[in-house]
Amino acid sequence: MKIQEYQVKQIFSKYEIPTPKGQVALNASYVEQIAEDLGDKIVIKAQVLVGGRGKAGGIRLANSPDEAEEIATEMMGMEINGFPIHKVLVEEAVDIQQELYLGIATDRLQASPVIIASSYGGMDIEETAEEAPEKVSRVQIDPLVGLCDFQIRCLAVSIDLSRKHWRRFTQIANALWEIYESYDASLVEINPLVISEGNGLMALDGKMTIDDNALFRHPELADLRDLDMENPYEIEAQKYGISYIHMPGNIGCLVNGAGLAMATMDILKLKGGEPANFLDIGGGASAEKVSSAFRILLSDEKVSAILVNIFGGITRCDEIAQGITIAMEEQKKIKIPIVVRLAGTNAEEGYKILEKRKLPVGHSLTEAAQLAINLVVGKKL
Amino acid sequence: MSILIDRETRLLVQGITGKEGLFHSEQMRENGTNIVAGVTPGKGGEWVLDEKVPIFDTVQTAVKATGANVSVIFVPAKFSFDAIYEAIESQMELIICITEGIPAMDMLKIKSILRTSNSILIGPNSPGIITPGQAKVGIIPGNIALPGNIGVVSRSGTLTYEVLHALKENEKGVSTCVGIGGDAIIGSSFIDILSMFDQDADTEKVILIGEIGGKEEELAADYIATEMTKPVVAYIAGRTAPKGKRMGHAGAIIEGRAGSAMQKIELFRKAGVKVAEYPEDIPALL
Repeated sequence: MKIQEYQVKQIFSKYEIPTPKGQVALNASYVEQIAEDLGDKIVIKAQVLVGGRGKAGGIRLANSPDEAEEIATEMMGMEINGFPIHKVLVEEAVDIQQELYLGIATDRLQASPVIIASSYGGMDIEETAEEAPEKVSRVQIDPLVGLCDFQIRCLAVSIDLSRKHWRRFTQIANALWEIYESYDASLVEINPLVISEGNGLMALDGKMTIDDNALFRHPELADLRDLDMENPYEIEAQKYGISYIHMPGNIGCLVNGAGLAMATMDILKLKGGEPANFLDIGGGASAEKVSSAFRILLSDEKVSAILVNIFGGITRCDEIAQGITIAMEEQKKIKIPIVVRLAGTNAEEGYKILEKRKLPVGHSLTEAAQLAINLVVGKKL
Repeated sequence: MSILIDRETRLLVQGITGKEGLFHSEQMRENGTNIVAGVTPGKGGEWVLDEKVPIFDTVQTAVKATGANVSVIFVPAKFSFDAIYEAIESQMELIICITEGIPAMDMLKIKSILRTSNSILIGPNSPGIITPGQAKVGIIPGNIALPGNIGVVSRSGTLTYEVLHALKENEKGVSTCVGIGGDAIIGSSFIDILSMFDQDADTEKVILIGEIGGKEEELAADYIATEMTKPVVAYIAGRTAPKGKRMGHAGAIIEGRAGSAMQKIELFRKAGVKVAEYPEDIPALL
């Protein structure tokens, strides 16, 4: 789960990481009120969870509270990458001497948390990491020991941080580790971490991703989730424990298991079809879950055929067949063909349940994919 | 021979009285696996599986009484850190964790503990291991693979079944099939398993089933090119997958631009690996 910049900064404040003065606003008139207290240079930042915010006009400067309100009004009518802006963060502008980078993330390959620092922070940090890796320093953290002061000193030395900032830097790095650990974050990042005129180090922007698998330990974090930032079908799917990602094609896919779901999409594309989605109903799906998956697939008007590909292990094919039957009865208006391919646990029982429905059946994945493609020939994408 | 499990395996099931644990214990036994003990805290002293398998409260007492050397874990995600740690502390040779949804922080701690242990961990979020005709540990359906000399290693669950099924349809048999698990932080990597297959007398060829994301396939391709002696056929799922909605820069800093299906496929081809276009295409490439 990703959370918004203003929420990250609230967490930063709790852990005494300095951030610019400011507040979040849900409407433009409140922006003016906030701006009154912030001086004559004000930054308005759109709160969206997609990259490229700055380049899309989502971060702007204002020289008066009036101008701040004007800008906020404009922004709140905008979209960035298809996501409407419903909130803006209004902050004092900071005079920047230098932009650094500091973050803690989970390194999959080393199977270890890693703290990363660079004196070349800002938007181009990824390019820097690729083209001049020596400018980006990283230190692995043993999660059983935690982040140690000597490791932070090593980082400070390697990025040539002036000694007068060491104390603050150590305090910020330790706070980041505490946040990473106590919130079960997979990423907590300050970019840029700025050296400001007169005020020392300060977090100008913050990003944080929380491990979805650990949310059961943090029921209080449920409120931080911003549903405006998610696709409505995907939210609906999540309610039933289904993973769904919308795609631009016309063949709806219903599959068990993420790898097999991807393989099903791949073969459709390879044989000349266009998948309309990724959909993994997960292991041991019930009939009810299957019929919910159908509802989600059918709500996409472009879908002109559905391909059901199930390889039963924990999942029982007869249960899936029941689900298909329920869906067909619930939604009498299903006018589009449903191609079924069942294999593994109770596949024969499953086919028996579906016998009367006279659905097209593919006996292998390749055959089923080809059938579905033939059925959408001439249908628009 | 085979790798990791065989007829001699003495299996302990952690979480044997749960719904999944019990159902799959029956399945494992039907496929020839020697289940010697179960562990469910609070139920020590009871018996399951036709009153033939004793239950213990702790792994330590189970090992002492039965000489179990391999453990499979079916406990809920919340309790999995504890269960894996308990198995490591009891010096299990091999621990296979089927549970999915374990917090990454718990697995990072387990990885740190494993650095000073001799236990091998497979998973979590693994479908398990099967050595057809000898033993199966986990949830892979037992009837979809024939005994033979092809090693299979995979990050996926049902996609692995699809490949095993395709092999069986073509009358090709498997030495051992290992599901290393789909999570970001796992006990054993592709390379760990590839090197076991390379040394196994019963394995002649290996199939690697990978997917988008991470960098494990890239490292495996490099290992195959430089160290592996046996031929490998690969399949990578996710050519059509939409790009993830990535956020933050740390992931890209750590992993660079790797991770796409096409990039992985290209690296495998460069390493001399035949890459299948779709799962049912694999048997023809062997």
